Amino acid sequence: MDMMRPMPLPEMKEGPATNDASAAVAISVRDLRAGYGAAPVLKGVNLEIREKTVTAIIGPSGCGKSTLIRCLNRMHEAIPGATCDGEILLGGRNALEIDPVLLRREVGMVFQRPNPFPTMTIAQNVAAGLVLNGVRDRAAIAETVEKSLRRAALWDEVKDKLDAPGVGLSGGQQQRLCIARALAVEPRVLLLDEPCSALDPIATGRIEELLIQIKDQLTVVIVTHNMQQAARVSEYTVFMLMGEMVEYGLTRKMFTQPADKRTEDYITGRFG
Amino acid sequence: MNDALYARRKKVNALMFALTAVCAAVASGTLLAILGYIAWQGASSLSWAFLTNMPKPLGEHGGGIANSIVGSAKVVGLAGLMGIPVGVLAGVYLAEYGRGKYAFAVRYAADVMNGVPSIVVGLFAYALIVHPMKKFSALSGSVALAFIMVPIVLRNTEEFLRLVPGTIREAALALGVPRWKVTLFVILPTAGRGILTGALLALARVAGETAPLIFTAFGNRFADNGWLNPIATLPHTIFTYAISPYEDWHNQAWAAALILMLFVLLINVTARVWLRPSSGAPH
Amino acid sequence: MTTAVLDRVRKVPGSRERAGDRLFRLVIAGFAGIILLAAVALAWQLARESAETWRTFGLTFLWTSDWDPVADVFGALPFLYGTAVSSFLALLIAVPLGVGAAVFLTELAPKRLAEVLMFAIELLAAVPSVILGLMGIFLLVPAMRAAGSPYGVGMLTAGLILAFMILPYITTITREVLLTVPRPLKEAMYALGATRWEVVRGVSLPYARPGIVGAVFLSLGRALGETMAVTMVIGNTPQIKASLLEPGYSMAAVIANELAEAASDAHLSALVAIGLTLMAVTIVVNGAARLMLYRLGRAK
Repeated sequence: MDMMRPMPLPEMKEGPATNDASAAVAISVRDLRAGYGAAPVLKGVNLEIREKTVTAIIGPSGCGKSTLIRCLNRMHEAIPGATCDGEILLGGRNALEIDPVLLRREVGMVFQRPNPFPTMTIAQNVAAGLVLNGVRDRAAIAETVEKSLRRAALWDEVKDKLDAPGVGLSGGQQQRLCIARALAVEPRVLLLDEPCSALDPIATGRIEELLIQIKDQLTVVIVTHNMQQAARVSEYTVFMLMGEMVEYGLTRKMFTQPADKRTEDYITGRFG
Repeated sequence: MNDALYARRKKVNALMFALTAVCAAVASGTLLAILGYIAWQGASSLSWAFLTNMPKPLGEHGGGIANSIVGSAKVVGLAGLMGIPVGVLAGVYLAEYGRGKYAFAVRYAADVMNGVPSIVVGLFAYALIVHPMKKFSALSGSVALAFIMVPIVLRNTEEFLRLVPGTIREAALALGVPRWKVTLFVILPTAGRGILTGALLALARVAGETAPLIFTAFGNRFADNGWLNPIATLPHTIFTYAISPYEDWHNQAWAAALILMLFVLLINVTARVWLRPSSGAPH
Repeated sequence: MTTAVLDRVRKVPGSRERAGDRLFRLVIAGFAGIILLAAVALAWQLARESAETWRTFGLTFLWTSDWDPVADVFGALPFLYGTAVSSFLALLIAVPLGVGAAVFLTELAPKRLAEVLMFAIELLAAVPSVILGLMGIFLLVPAMRAAGSPYGVGMLTAGLILAFMILPYITTITREVLLTVPRPLKEAMYALGATRWEVVRGVSLPYARPGIVGAVFLSLGRALGETMAVTMVIGNTPQIKASLLEPGYSMAAVIANELAEAASDAHLSALVAIGLTLMAVTIVVNGAARLMLYRLGRAK
């Protein structure tokens, strides 16, 4: 079948990743098609996301960037009528063929709006993934809670009120709590779907810092509508337009010498 | 002439709104009138002894309604134990998987059961339990009340579960938690307050039901002895005493009505206050 | 250490988890099935227990007036009549009162006052019917007698008590519908120089009419099936009299009064037949109410 043919990626020919040609591939997306009912959103996307980097996905709204990221841990399927076809290789397995529950433990996700569990305390929120999956060892849970909160740069702010409700925190803190919650199950990949769109600039800054810090431990993919954010946090950027991947390469190169006219138009603000 | 017409229109306006104010006063004043009258009539016969003593034999003055209070607690309690879990879990089913034909049929059945008069539900419990066993029983009364509770609890549960934002479900699913655990341990507790309040209100509702108990729990002037024998309940005692020819029993009916009313009011007011700060779901 | 814990998490085999989901769905579908089963069993039981009556009397059961348990002759017409008339009276009293109250609470009353009054009205719906019956026996019946009613008990007394029972439903639903009347519609009418009442009559009430009709049907469903309050004040006499001050009987009341003491199977069967008829009528009425309110909801 045509769609199964591995397609060489355009920027690989140019060799943009001269400095890290050795970087391993974490996720390999082949001819990914997805949509809702009969309406296609992704029209055959090919992409190789490198391990332990931050990759940003940008593009005008409706371009399919959220759908793409939601396919990576199959949250896309949680929407009734959603369709998805193609190949997402993750550690040698096709993510579309394994149990989504197991997949999601390895590919965590943080959403647009902070969504801590309203009935749980801060500590319970962080521990939720472990506890709901049957971990009972209290000492190990406490240790994971602290470690995850530290990685999410939230520990110092909440260490004295771990038993306070998670929804009592500020918006920015809630979002970092959600990041800590996702990190607690130790995923290999962390997906963030416009995580700062509901936050103020200071809270956004904190989250950007922590993303840069955690990237040497896991692979980060972030969807953002904010090009400055992409430029600040990511090493690689994907530019999407109308369900297709237009350009993919080193962030610093894409923002200085975009290869495609459409990318140039977008980053210079000429449309959208 | 135009002025005259306008003056007339203004008069009609004022008159009609005065009338609607009277309607509102009647509608809301009725409750106060009822509460006031029951308190006035019932308070004089109310005492600690009335609550803790058994009824006296026919013809003797005095006695209490201890057996009715215990009986109501037992019958309503068992009804809750049967009706609330069924209603909540069926509600979870409708909220989580409620799209197909089966769910439509269940929803329709719940609507029908909700509209069936309570006396007809009593008939059902009679045909189901009393008639085959040839005996009135506490159990049959509980079953009747449980059938009344189930559709109420079910629709309430479904409604509150639907209020839980999809983002909460997404967050839990994205942690790699299986769906049944997400539903049971994340979604259900999030709607917990609303569901619990609905269950409480359903309990208060059936605690005041009389009609389905007349030929199921039946009533009993003696200490209750087990689930398979007739049992006294508060509303049924109020009914029997009220239609009796004895002055003393009339007074006792008022006092018992005061107890029942206070219980029902307490639950209703608590439920409202409790639900107000957040409607069971986060904003 | 944490890694060890997480390794265990990762090792949970996928198939078992999915089986868990399936099992969970089946179990709660089973619980949902209980209500379905109950509804079917209810109809079936009532049909079975009343079969004898339908066999003996056929549909004439519904339009003959002799009710003689001793001779095993049963005709349910007086009960149907009593139920219909008392419920109709209740609507006649409660609908204008309820709609009027709803108009006042929506259009005129300050928000705070409206909330307090609505609270009182909604609590009225929670008052157990046996308590309303008690009020009826000791307050309304003497009052009716003082006002010149020969017996005190009777159709009108039952209608009055029922009116107070359904008043909260009519008020609450009408108010909810009135609150949804679009502002621009009302403002257009005000701009023409209409008075407040003219806006209510010309815009709000017509807009709310389907909702009010739904509320009326819903209340009718309640009134038809109400047992205690009616039993206690209607007089419990199986007769059809033109005067509303005469005692009557209702379907629910005769079941409540006679079932526990029904001596013969024929008597029992006749009472269940009345119950089945009552159920059929309320299902139709409630179905109509739901249809109205559903259409209204969809039009929004």
